[in-house]
Amino acid sequence: MDTMPQVSPTNRKTALLSMRGVTKTFGAVNALTDIDLDVEAGEVVAIVGDNGAGKSTLVKVLAGVHQPDAGTITFDGSPVQIPDPSAAIHLGVATVFQDLALCENLSVVDNLFLGREISPMRLDETGMEVKAWELLQQLSARIPTVRIAIASLSGGQRQTVAIARSLLGDPKIIVLDEPTAALGVAQTAEVLDLIERLRERGLGVVMVSHNMEDVRAVADRIIVLRLGRNNGEFDAVSVTSEDVVAAITGATDNVVTRRRDRVAGSREDAPAGHVVPTEESTDKGEVR
Amino acid sequence: MTRPTSNAAPPRRALDQTDERLRQSEGVAGALASFVRSMRAGDVGALPVIIGLVVICAIFQSLNSVFLSSGNLVNLTLDSCAVGIISLGIVCVLLVGEIDLSVGSVSGFSAAVVAVLFVRHGWNWILACVVACAIAVAIGLLFGVLLTRFGMPSFVSSLAGLLAFLGLQLAILGDQGSVNLPFDSTLVGFAQLDFVPAWLSYLLAGLAALAVFLAGYETRLRRRKANLSARSINALIVRSLALLVGLEAFFWYLNRSRGVGWMVVFFVALVLLLNYGITRTKWGRSLLAVGGNVEAARRSGINVRNIYLSAFMLCSLLACVGGILAAGRLASANLSSGTGDVNLNAIAAAVIGGTSLFGGRGSAFSALLGTLVIASIASGLTLLNLDSSYRFVITGLVLAVAVAIDSLARKSRASHGRA
Ligand SMILES: Nc1ncnc2c1ncn2[C@@H]1O[C@H](COP(=O)(O)OP(=O)(O)OP(=O)(O)O)[C@@H](O)[C@H]1O
Ligand SMILES: [Mg+2]
Repeated sequence: MDTMPQVSPTNRKTALLSMRGVTKTFGAVNALTDIDLDVEAGEVVAIVGDNGAGKSTLVKVLAGVHQPDAGTITFDGSPVQIPDPSAAIHLGVATVFQDLALCENLSVVDNLFLGREISPMRLDETGMEVKAWELLQQLSARIPTVRIAIASLSGGQRQTVAIARSLLGDPKIIVLDEPTAALGVAQTAEVLDLIERLRERGLGVVMVSHNMEDVRAVADRIIVLRLGRNNGEFDAVSVTSEDVVAAITGATDNVVTRRRDRVAGSREDAPAGHVVPTEESTDKGEVR
Repeated sequence: MTRPTSNAAPPRRALDQTDERLRQSEGVAGALASFVRSMRAGDVGALPVIIGLVVICAIFQSLNSVFLSSGNLVNLTLDSCAVGIISLGIVCVLLVGEIDLSVGSVSGFSAAVVAVLFVRHGWNWILACVVACAIAVAIGLLFGVLLTRFGMPSFVSSLAGLLAFLGLQLAILGDQGSVNLPFDSTLVGFAQLDFVPAWLSYLLAGLAALAVFLAGYETRLRRRKANLSARSINALIVRSLALLVGLEAFFWYLNRSRGVGWMVVFFVALVLLLNYGITRTKWGRSLLAVGGNVEAARRSGINVRNIYLSAFMLCSLLACVGGILAAGRLASANLSSGTGDVNLNAIAAAVIGGTSLFGGRGSAFSALLGTLVIASIASGLTLLNLDSSYRFVITGLVLAVAVAIDSLARKSRASHGRA
């Protein structure tokens, strides 16, 4: 049923996107140090880590919002620079930012098509509105009208709009920074379902999430960031949540494991879906 | 990427009317009802300024019956044009959330450039205007670069520009301090003496109404075809007819005196053009986006720098055009061209007309309506033989009210969830 052009079935070994040794500092804070990341076509990579681990910074480097201080990015086999967001969009990297980056004074349609309006000199309002409804229905969005300003929408509705926006155009990689954080049950299921479909179409998906259930539901690989460094890479199917949590917190002794130990032996003792952050790894080093 | 979904629109409902929480509003009554609703929510639009205009006219008419006479209205429309055009430029910079305080000086400076080149050096007037416009665009570019490259707030850079260009204006006018434009020149003719023939004015009014109807009808057809809700045909007819009757009556009234000046037609054409640019092009959408949330605009791939530059360049260009027309209307460029209240009137007009000082919200029509308010006050007070001190006070009060309405509407929008 999907009418979206299929990305040609790629050899699973060639990475669509790879980052090597990417480093980013803000003043005295090393937000990212020597990060490596590979995303293949038709693969969902989850990035997890504590608050302040550098996930959003990594996403912004991919989106062209931040320039890395060191390191290389290779896209489709050739080294690339992503000097600004339009370069990223041009490459085929669509991003849903954690703060959504929507214009509150503009309507839903205006936001969806911002920067890639149909017929720039004589906007095709009708065409854009129809396309907007199609996209939103695909995500089971509960939005009464697309002519309403973003300011009038709830947090989850806004998030749906931001996700819908990333599907426009013809992206090769979709980067989602906590896409389901504000979504309801049905909408979360719809987004996870969407991620599955994007993978089937051969797109690369990078998903940042704190929700282990979501991650394990759709991800192929899990990459753990800790204090701005790679801290482990797991196969999402075989790994246990405890291992991931341990890599996230950098310790095998933390609230989650202690609790598991306490209830050890009793019924099913899978750790909670949400990762509990520890204080020591939350670094708030904004210097500037 | 369409795929059938469980909640697809039931066949009889338009695509955008599927949500059951949506209030249905059909026909003329529905249009009226939704208008009242959005008004309550702080989406006041042009209503306060139109009410204000009616009140101002009523007051001055009751004090002096000459105010609404054909002759005075012709003068009033001609007086509005120069400041109105400058104000259009202000709308552009306000939309991106910036300000240009130098428009008065730039207009006076441009008038001086044209007058000196045209009269003292005997240049062709068109060439003189082109040179002045080019200089103005360069000035706008300078403000834009100062903002985007050096992060200098436009408030400061244009304040510096205000002084600097006033100085340049005085310098090029020299010791005589004034250059008179010949009465038989095209420029003076255009700004003072040339009026649209009566038959043509009625034809223009008819065409305008027809254009509104056809544009609305075309949109309606397209939306119907795409299974979207559309404005009812009756509401469309009522709108076009109201416009037709209003315009024809207004032109008829003006034609009892000298009529509709070509400069007025030019001003209105600029308003319509800018309105098209803001509402129907990618550029206009980008202006609003930058004014609403710069970072979001940047991340959408909009070239924010170019948008700022275009807004400032357009603003200075329009200031230049306004300045040249003001000189034509006075038949001279002198030391006081573009000084005094020109600057603040242009800015006040845009704000009074409903363009927000906070960026991302406004319309080209606000320049038209706001300028009419300011010109009415000036004209009414002149008729009452009150000197300019009162005019300043009253214009200041009206501006204060307009900004208060803007802020209140903003609050109301926030509480009703509309940015
Ligand atoms: N623009 C910035 N200027 C200065 N420091 C920054 C900036 N952006 C991020 N940082 C710092 O970089 C570090 C990583 O931040 P980042 O937003 O990437 O974390 P995160 O992993 O996305 O966290 P969260 O789970 O809370 O979203 C933090 O210490 C933060 O203070
Ligand atoms: Mg983050």
